[in-house]
Amino acid sequence: MTIELTNITKRFGAFAALDGVDLRIADGELLALLGPSGSGKTTLLRIIAGLDWPDGGDVSFDGENALARGAGERQVGFVFQHYALFRHMTVFENVAFGLRVKPRAIRKDEAGIRARVKELLDLVQLDWLADRYPTQLSGGQRQRIALARALATEPRILLLDEPFGALDAKVRKELRRWLRSLHEEINVTSVFVTHDQEDALEVANRVVVMDKGKIEQIGTPGEVYDYPATAFVHGFIGESVVLPVNVTEGRVWIGNQPLNIAAPNVGGPSKLYVRRHDMQVGSESIGLRGAVRHVRSFGAIQRADIAVCAGGNETVIEIDTPRDHALRTGETVELHPRRYRIFAD
Amino acid sequence: MSESAIAFDSGRVVVRSEPWLARVVIIGLTMLFLTVFVVLPLVIVFAQALTHGVVAYLAALAEPEALAAIKLTLAVAAISVGLNLVFGLIAAWAIAKFEFPGKTLLITLIDLPFSVSPVISGLVFVLLFGAQGYFGPWLQSHNIQILFAVPGIALATTFVTFPFVSRALIPLMQEQGTLEEEAALSLGASGLQTFFRVTLPNIKWGVLYGVLLCNARAMGEFGAVSVVSGHIRGETNTMPLLVEILYNEYQFVPAFAVASLLALLALITLIAKTILERHLDEGRQVRDH
Repeated sequence: MTIELTNITKRFGAFAALDGVDLRIADGELLALLGPSGSGKTTLLRIIAGLDWPDGGDVSFDGENALARGAGERQVGFVFQHYALFRHMTVFENVAFGLRVKPRAIRKDEAGIRARVKELLDLVQLDWLADRYPTQLSGGQRQRIALARALATEPRILLLDEPFGALDAKVRKELRRWLRSLHEEINVTSVFVTHDQEDALEVANRVVVMDKGKIEQIGTPGEVYDYPATAFVHGFIGESVVLPVNVTEGRVWIGNQPLNIAAPNVGGPSKLYVRRHDMQVGSESIGLRGAVRHVRSFGAIQRADIAVCAGGNETVIEIDTPRDHALRTGETVELHPRRYRIFAD
Repeated sequence: MSESAIAFDSGRVVVRSEPWLARVVIIGLTMLFLTVFVVLPLVIVFAQALTHGVVAYLAALAEPEALAAIKLTLAVAAISVGLNLVFGLIAAWAIAKFEFPGKTLLITLIDLPFSVSPVISGLVFVLLFGAQGYFGPWLQSHNIQILFAVPGIALATTFVTFPFVSRALIPLMQEQGTLEEEAALSLGASGLQTFFRVTLPNIKWGVLYGVLLCNARAMGEFGAVSVVSGHIRGETNTMPLLVEILYNEYQFVPAFAVASLLALLALITLIAKTILERHLDEGRQVRDH
């Protein structure tokens, strides 16, 4: 099912949670809403689910106005951040809930419900936990039961709020892979919210980067990582080295030192963004140099703090270089960005 | 290292041994106080009731006046507990699950019956429904009897016991939040289905706890009921009122016999309360898990 959001706004008091958001989600997509806390991503997800209502804008499912329908009538499966499993019900009854509350006319009989719950518990590979209570499960198990419960009523969209948020690193990795393969298996349009770039880049087909209630960039994981559209996206995704520069007369200046790199189409005070692993230490001079302040080595790389003079101020950047070129504290080195972006302030 | 460990250990011994005497004195004083002011009176109630033997005790309770008082007390308690169960649930639901202006004021108002003297609570109803009250003439012309009758007693009792159920539920429901209800709604449950299948099972021990305390107070209420009852023997005397009347007439065995029933109610309430608190604690631990 396709979801179309048009000019969605939502305020909480003076705070604009969503500030004119337009988004089209294609059928069968696995989409990530990525952003820091307060960026409006969870509010957007709740609006799609019908748990919150926008102050303005339209939500349509396959061209039909979804705002005319309540949460229960949208055929949306919602997986809550802390799962919100019914604590007084067994795993089986949790999964069966959506089937049991259907109007009598369209409700399955008891055998039908049992068969469907069994099918879902098999799908999430937890059929052996049917008689347990939520408190007797681990975090990863609860997450999968919450998913089974949301899928029981065959929703047309699956929405997940921070699906990996409360899990430790190892379980998180497993569950990411599992969620991807589950999506390939059932192929229902899915949207998940996360503040963790790895979650978004590893799992989603498409990533929506949000900040302060607005969409900053929409693209594949590769696109948002390699071609960040804004300074925010560059800074938020991947690890960046940021230097204050000035662009005048088609040249890039750091302090009063011109840099031998192509100037972008912007002018005035700007920021030079370089991925940490794209900043090389070498003999090739572009006019960017700094003093090594501190070096630490682990694995295949050494990480160095390098102080770069930018006019009167000094900016300390952290870069990774291969260990074969040993850096010494105190020496001055030439810095050479392999790839970079310049964004006006 | 070992030296400092020893010094630390001996330090602890000193700290532990000093308040030993203080502990004994404090615990002893508490026990003494409880014995004199709580246990002894309770024992005396039963002892007085049974001074002329079990037969006299049972005969006193079988008196028509006593039976009428017991019946009235049960009926009034049933009405006020029933009403407060419904009001309390609605009030707790409103406060715990919704944000609205005036919420703090509402929370304060719920506690009003606790902070006001029961006599005032009774007088309020006299002022409203009495012959000279606001609704008095209208009620008289329609031949509706509220004061000096069961409705008045039930109203006063309901007023006095209003906070119990909502007080027991508000913190519990606030702590549980609205996530499970939202989950139920998004799974297609209606409002009523959500209430009966999700909300109520989660607060059932809290509801029982509130009902229990509400009931104990409803049966034992004296002040407010005394003002509105009119003390018509065999008709508008509840058990606490009857105890006072009998005592004032020097009928000690019947007075204490009825009083012993109220004392028994208190003991049962206490035991049930302990059991319920254990369930509530377990629920809390489960949530913290």
